[in-house]
Amino acid sequence: MAEHFVAAPRWEWYILGYFFLGGLAGGMYALATMLRLWGSPRDEAAARTGFLAAFPLLVLCPILLTIDLGRPVRFWHMLVDTTPGHGGLAFKYWSPMSVGSWALLVYGAFALVSFIEVRALDGRTRAPLARAIAHALAGGAGRAFNVVGALLGLYVASYTGILLSVSNQPIWSDTGALGGLFLASGLGGSAALLAWLARYRPEGEATEWRLAQAERYFAIMELLLIALVFANLAGAGTLARALAKPWGVLWALVVASLVPPLVGMGGPAVQVASGSGSAAVARAAGASRTPMVASVLLGVLLMRFVVIWSAQF
Amino acid sequence: MAEAVGFFTDTSVCIGCKACEVACKEWNQLKGNTPAFLADSFDNTGRLDDQNWRHVAFIDKVPEATMTTGNGAAWLMFSDVCKHCKHASCMEVCPTNAIIRTEFDTVFIQQDVCNGCRDCIAACPFGVIGFSEQTGTAHKCTFCYDRLQSGLMPACAKVCPTQAIQFGPLGEMQKKADARLATLQAQGTTQARLYGRDEKVYGGLNAFFLLMDKPEAYGLPNEANAVLPRRNNRSGYFGAVVTAALGALAGLVALRDRGATRRAEDALRRSGPGGRM
Repeated sequence: MAEHFVAAPRWEWYILGYFFLGGLAGGMYALATMLRLWGSPRDEAAARTGFLAAFPLLVLCPILLTIDLGRPVRFWHMLVDTTPGHGGLAFKYWSPMSVGSWALLVYGAFALVSFIEVRALDGRTRAPLARAIAHALAGGAGRAFNVVGALLGLYVASYTGILLSVSNQPIWSDTGALGGLFLASGLGGSAALLAWLARYRPEGEATEWRLAQAERYFAIMELLLIALVFANLAGAGTLARALAKPWGVLWALVVASLVPPLVGMGGPAVQVASGSGSAAVARAAGASRTPMVASVLLGVLLMRFVVIWSAQF
Repeated sequence: MAEAVGFFTDTSVCIGCKACEVACKEWNQLKGNTPAFLADSFDNTGRLDDQNWRHVAFIDKVPEATMTTGNGAAWLMFSDVCKHCKHASCMEVCPTNAIIRTEFDTVFIQQDVCNGCRDCIAACPFGVIGFSEQTGTAHKCTFCYDRLQSGLMPACAKVCPTQAIQFGPLGEMQKKADARLATLQAQGTTQARLYGRDEKVYGGLNAFFLLMDKPEAYGLPNEANAVLPRRNNRSGYFGAVVTAALGALAGLVALRDRGATRRAEDALRRSGPGGRM
């Protein structure tokens, strides 16, 4: 039985916002990469939507993290060792917050480059640099670039859970499954959001149905990981605390938010055949799914809320 | 490197006068928190935090039934402080390297490096570190680093009237503690024990204790629970990698185009526009 005598770090709303956006930003890039690698040429539309969404979602993350610091102006101390006589870079592979700071920086660069590439491919920018990027990333080099970016995205979406576990807090440190749980939830939320956003592009709806399929698998993974977390907590003797008064209800809501994608409600209500399909019809069909997407994203947020708050309050 | 220093806090002779708390605040210019009446014991400090670097806990052992004179413990007095662990959880996770080990073998938070991320607070298994809204950084006992540099003993040890807080070279403190434990044992006080004297708790504590009950009674993790945050890296990364692999597999199965798009569209075309999947 684990006994805890720690104090709470009081990581609250900014951190919740970061965990939510980081999960979606990382998941978006990973899904977009998978669509490019394994999808048909028609899936390129949805893939581009993913790359276009990943960077704006990500760019908010370091802002939230910096505001949360007691000394925001010293955010760069995460990267540079300012201890007199030390110098050099601050990097500790065994501290997820240290690795994560670097991962955010590097992933941010990948997300930005892919964002610019897609803007150039869409003809939205004619800046020489953007066109040079798009040219350089055409073909195999571009796919390799996406794969590295996707791996970084998967890291950003998952390490926040590991960061919580690598502590001595009750609940967080009593399970090693939070990293996986955050990743599964981030992928599920990204799939729902991407399917919803993709219909704003011509041909984007071609991918919707398969994104809903992926979302179903991610929901299954998330349910299994929730069960694993609960089993770990039961072993450590902190399950009662994790399911105490408000938290148990919230966990139930998290599980409930996984039911619609699980039973296949994530798929388009109306599949518009190409040729006959007008974008307006597709958008109308997608709009009917707005509540479903909203509930999935709320579940992504709520799961992180319960994990963060139940350990500290 | 100067000689490693140590605190030997002997709870068996602590009288709960809180002179250590006051001296610590005086020397370190800590304002303290707004006074509060905790209505729990004579302890109204509550806990260690950014303003309280020594905290005299009054652990309730008052017997329910009336006892004869000299029988039954009333309080376990416990002057708590940062343990200055050899393997320090706070130092392990600190992403800025603000937490260092000094030439006196103590654990120290550099105020000009700390950026207030609070990861150390999540890590410290003793709940020692507090975050100051005023400075925006993490604070805890410095072992009176400035006094050590001037050859002075820490303020709390200096004022302790009963020698419950002893200060000196770590090796010397450990010898004193061994002798004190032997004396108590010989007197039949078998519940006395040392905590953090050997390496079983975080590789050994520079601020170690003589306790009159099991560690948990004092809010201290026992040997089984004295574990470092990094123990969870392995399972955490393993879980994330397996999930990522399964996620990629799910993506491969769901997102791969095996002519599925076209087949679905053909089926739909047959069932007419607006047909349900």
